[in-house]
Amino acid sequence: MTTTLTTPTLAPQLAANWERLCPLADLEVERGRAALLGDEQVALFLLPGGDVRAVDNHDPYSGANVISRGIVGSRGGRPTVASPMYKQVFDLRSGTCVDTRGKEVRRLRVWPVRTLEGDLYVLRGGAR
Amino acid sequence: MSARIVVIGAGMAAHRLVDSLVTRAEDRLEITVLGDEARRPYDRVGLTRFFDGETAEDLTLPATIFADPRVTLHEDDPATAIDTGARTVTTASGTVHAYDHLVLATGSVAARPPVEGAELPGSFVYRALADVEDLRRHVQERAAALDRPVRGVVVGGGLLGLEAAGALRGMDAEATVLQSSDRLMSAQLDLPAGAVLRRLIEARGIAVRTEARTTALRPGPDGAVESVLLRDGDEVPADLVVLTVGVRPRDELARAAGLSCEERGGVRIDAACTTSDPRIHAIGEVAAFDGQCVGLVAPGYAMAEVVCDRILGGDATFDGYDLSTKLKLSGVDVASFGDAFATTPGALDVVYTDPVSGVHKKLVLSDDAKTLLGGMLVGDASAYGSLRPLVGGALGADPAVHLLPAGAGSAPTPELPDEAIVCSCSSVSAGTIRHAVREQGCTDAAEVTACTKAGATCGSCTVMVKSLVTGELAKLGKAVSTGLCEHFDLSRRQLFDAVHVSGLDTFSAVIERFGRGRGCDVCKPVLASILAVLVPEGHVLEGENATLQDTNDHVMANLQKDGTYSVVPRMPGGEVTPEGLITVGEVARDFGLYTKITGGQRVDMFGARLEQLPLIWQRLVDAGFESGHAYGKSLRTVKSCVGSAWCRYGVMDSTGMAVTLELRYRGLRAPHKFKLGVSGCARECAEARGKDAGIIATAQGWNLYVGGNGGATPRHAELLAEGLDDDTLIRTLDRYFMYYIRTADKLQRTAPWLEALDGGIDGLRAVILEDSLGLAADLDAAMARHVAGYRDEWAETLADPAKLARFRSFVNAPATPDPGLAHVPERGQIRPARPEERGSDSVLIAGTTLEVRR
Ligand code: SRM
Ligand SMILES: Cc1cc2nc3c(=O)[nH]c(=O)nc-3n(C[C@H](O)[C@H](O)[C@H](O)COP(=O)(O)OP(=O)(O)OC[C@H]3O[C@@H](n4cnc5c(N)ncnc54)[C@H](O)[C@@H]3O)c2cc1C
Ligand code: SF4
Ligand code: FES
Repeated sequence: MTTTLTTPTLAPQLAANWERLCPLADLEVERGRAALLGDEQVALFLLPGGDVRAVDNHDPYSGANVISRGIVGSRGGRPTVASPMYKQVFDLRSGTCVDTRGKEVRRLRVWPVRTLEGDLYVLRGGAR
Repeated sequence: MSARIVVIGAGMAAHRLVDSLVTRAEDRLEITVLGDEARRPYDRVGLTRFFDGETAEDLTLPATIFADPRVTLHEDDPATAIDTGARTVTTASGTVHAYDHLVLATGSVAARPPVEGAELPGSFVYRALADVEDLRRHVQERAAALDRPVRGVVVGGGLLGLEAAGALRGMDAEATVLQSSDRLMSAQLDLPAGAVLRRLIEARGIAVRTEARTTALRPGPDGAVESVLLRDGDEVPADLVVLTVGVRPRDELARAAGLSCEERGGVRIDAACTTSDPRIHAIGEVAAFDGQCVGLVAPGYAMAEVVCDRILGGDATFDGYDLSTKLKLSGVDVASFGDAFATTPGALDVVYTDPVSGVHKKLVLSDDAKTLLGGMLVGDASAYGSLRPLVGGALGADPAVHLLPAGAGSAPTPELPDEAIVCSCSSVSAGTIRHAVREQGCTDAAEVTACTKAGATCGSCTVMVKSLVTGELAKLGKAVSTGLCEHFDLSRRQLFDAVHVSGLDTFSAVIERFGRGRGCDVCKPVLASILAVLVPEGHVLEGENATLQDTNDHVMANLQKDGTYSVVPRMPGGEVTPEGLITVGEVARDFGLYTKITGGQRVDMFGARLEQLPLIWQRLVDAGFESGHAYGKSLRTVKSCVGSAWCRYGVMDSTGMAVTLELRYRGLRAPHKFKLGVSGCARECAEARGKDAGIIATAQGWNLYVGGNGGATPRHAELLAEGLDDDTLIRTLDRYFMYYIRTADKLQRTAPWLEALDGGIDGLRAVILEDSLGLAADLDAAMARHVAGYRDEWAETLADPAKLARFRSFVNAPATPDPGLAHVPERGQIRPARPEERGSDSVLIAGTTLEVRR
């Protein structure tokens, strides 16, 4: 869920918990992008309705940082991304793996996202 | 007979009743439905999907019944009084409706606990679409005003409360669940099961407090709720509160009209679902059977069927409640069914607990351990669908096997008896599902759902429905659906024809016309491949097409296990000049790449990072190399032997022909990869008969073999034609490949395609050599278009700054290497570090350094 902030004066306060990543315009619809936050990596996805979703870039099944490079799609109406490595499919809203390819269920951490004046921010540390 | 039927309440039970009446009744009926919500009946069970992006419109129950001339729906006009003597109902607008039969389907109202502040702004209930719309708006407003996540508190840790907490998390709000008793879902779970559930819920980032009794909601300076006060004196901060503490049946009209009601709420009904007034029925949550109202949809639907039958003169009865439930919170599996608390005298239980993986399962059995009475499943409810229908029947096996983790032991799936209820929401038995397949012509689970309603409501039975349908189709010897995936019912071949004929050239246009949803990792690459063949002039990564490709095609390199890529320049026929080899060597050295000769007669360079790919390719393109398509479902290589140019036995120029063919078919997209081989004589040094097309020189000309395969199921190619000259060989190959591309299934190589082809090799010969289908000219033209449209994907990409953006490693640090990479030396080159090697001294490259010392 993207929340569009209307009060520009909030920007300095945002800096405390939210990290600015890039202009929203840097994202392409249904094509992921990775972002670096210290030691951690976030995969960002712009969905067709304009929603932005952020999950871990780290693929819990292969151990490689590749989730941002998977195919975006839908399963039963939920937006999903398929890991390009072993093709597990994750729900972009909850981070849960919805097609585990016979493996145990693992999940991606979900990172809250918001936009302010055309820029994209994520909450540091992701969802607790 | 003509009957005037008035239904008060336009919810789920009412909808089912009207649906059944209009389907079953042949007589003249006049059905009037009075609703107090300003909308059509909707799927209340699916309410939480509103937060997953479904709109109010999506949740609306099928509205076709209101188009029936016998039915009139008055939205937004609540009934205010019933006159049982005059047999009329009066509404808020003052309209009076006379009835022969009156049905009360008024449902329940969400209760607010009797504590101070329960009505404050910022405190919500969770029952109707209007409630969730208000809740979402409030969360968005608070999120915009605060510079921290919104704090949500849910009072009540039952099914609804957990769904509401999940919805808050979906909106990026924090969620704390306050449960007054000692465990979550205390109506369905015992203490150990509740404890396991709690850990699963907490793992989803939802905080849980048990024994937390809410005594007041406190307002902040703006008058909206600011905190929740607990009995132990604790105060929990809250930007909003969702109250899910139970429901109260809406029996006020019935009470005022003097109908007999339960003290604790609910309109008393008998087994015919008739109230104390014989003209008045009650169904759904407002109806109290055996002294009890139940907040589940399945009994409401069952009552609706009974009332429908009774109104039409039948004698159906309501047999009591099935209290089975399953939590619909994604990622958390919980189910409880039958006599889950083992209240039957002498009941035994069998428990399996694995605290490490968060699984707790309990089966309740009769005193002789033979009959299944009920159970609780937490953490892994996969057995729910197969166990619930067995309640009251024989378990058929050692109960323990049903409890073991999936895969361990061989949990038998006993053939369900026809009378076993598979879908309890709609009360559909295994026999009804089998009947739908056998007699009503349903060919997949979706059709069975449409036809029987099994699986249409809560969805917890869909796996079971699907397996019954598949089993039944198999018994009938019918093929299971050939649709690509949930987005397309068409097979690849049908889709190819559809795209071809319609002339559509974007994914969005195709899925809108021939499919549904937004596609997935199965159908998107298939469509990318089809579009690439039908519109060969477009770059595979042009516009929207870029989103259809998996990472290999998207960045035009092969993904390796650590997330780096391999780079394979084309070396047609396996030929490479010394200068070319030197360039390859220099590039590999300068970028620190592991270098290997492939099984396809060319050089592969491994370990290139995303952001290095354009730099590497710039050097390769400058030196005259082009993409080798090692990543594509397309032509790979044409393997050659050295042939008559040098070999003392060679009878024709196999290398020259291999180069010609590789340049002709390079970049051609297909259902799967394809490979060729050309040998200069019958000694077959190029192993051509292991390829999709193998060409072997003879004194009379080229012999052409097709449908060969190495890989997992090796197959020797079969002879298609003999003694061909160069032009005939090429024309025959053109048609063979184009025909394959048009008609093969997704990911089907030529070998299995040929085996499945009508008439096998003779059939193929008829189509491409004798033109039996009149297709040849079309196939020739399609290949000519491919050859003319070919351009090197890498050269084009390097010339287009917009396309280069996708090679940035990070959107906020475009050239920083993935810090997670680590390489170690081996035989003078690098390879990815294994987990146990990470952090040791031998790790050479942690991203930034390139140099590898020998
Ligand atoms: C690099 C190479 C091995 C090597 O180091 O020699 C190789 C590597 C891979 N092969 Fe292969 N195959 C390579 C020659 C072969 C050959 C030999 C040949 O082409 O003469 C075969 C058997 C011949 C055949 O295809 O029938 C071969 C049969 C397979 C198969 C089995 C296909 C089948 O029909 O059963 C797969 C799996 C698949 O495609 O689904 C496969 C898949 C792969 C994949 C794509 C596996 C993957 O998903 O990562 C490997 C990726 C290549 C990369 O990262 O660059 N590779 N693979 C060879 C590249 C040849 C080239 O220059 O393009
Ligand atoms: C979030 C949520 C999740 C749920 N999940 C499940 C689940 O997983 N499984 C399950 O079995 N059940 C579930 N339920 C319960 C299920 O939705 C109800 O049991 C079902 O909707 C009851 O149907 P009903 O027709 O009796 O009542 P309702 O669907 O509530 O319909 C009653 C209608 O009558 C209207 N009405 C009331 N009084 C009047 C009047 N005087 N005049 C006119 N109209 C009036 C009301 O406004 C309402 O529209 C869930 C409920 C919610 C809220
Ligand atoms: S096939 Fe045999 S004969 Fe022909 S070139 Fe190769 S080695 Fe020479
Ligand atoms: S059991 Fe709910 S839809 Fe079948």
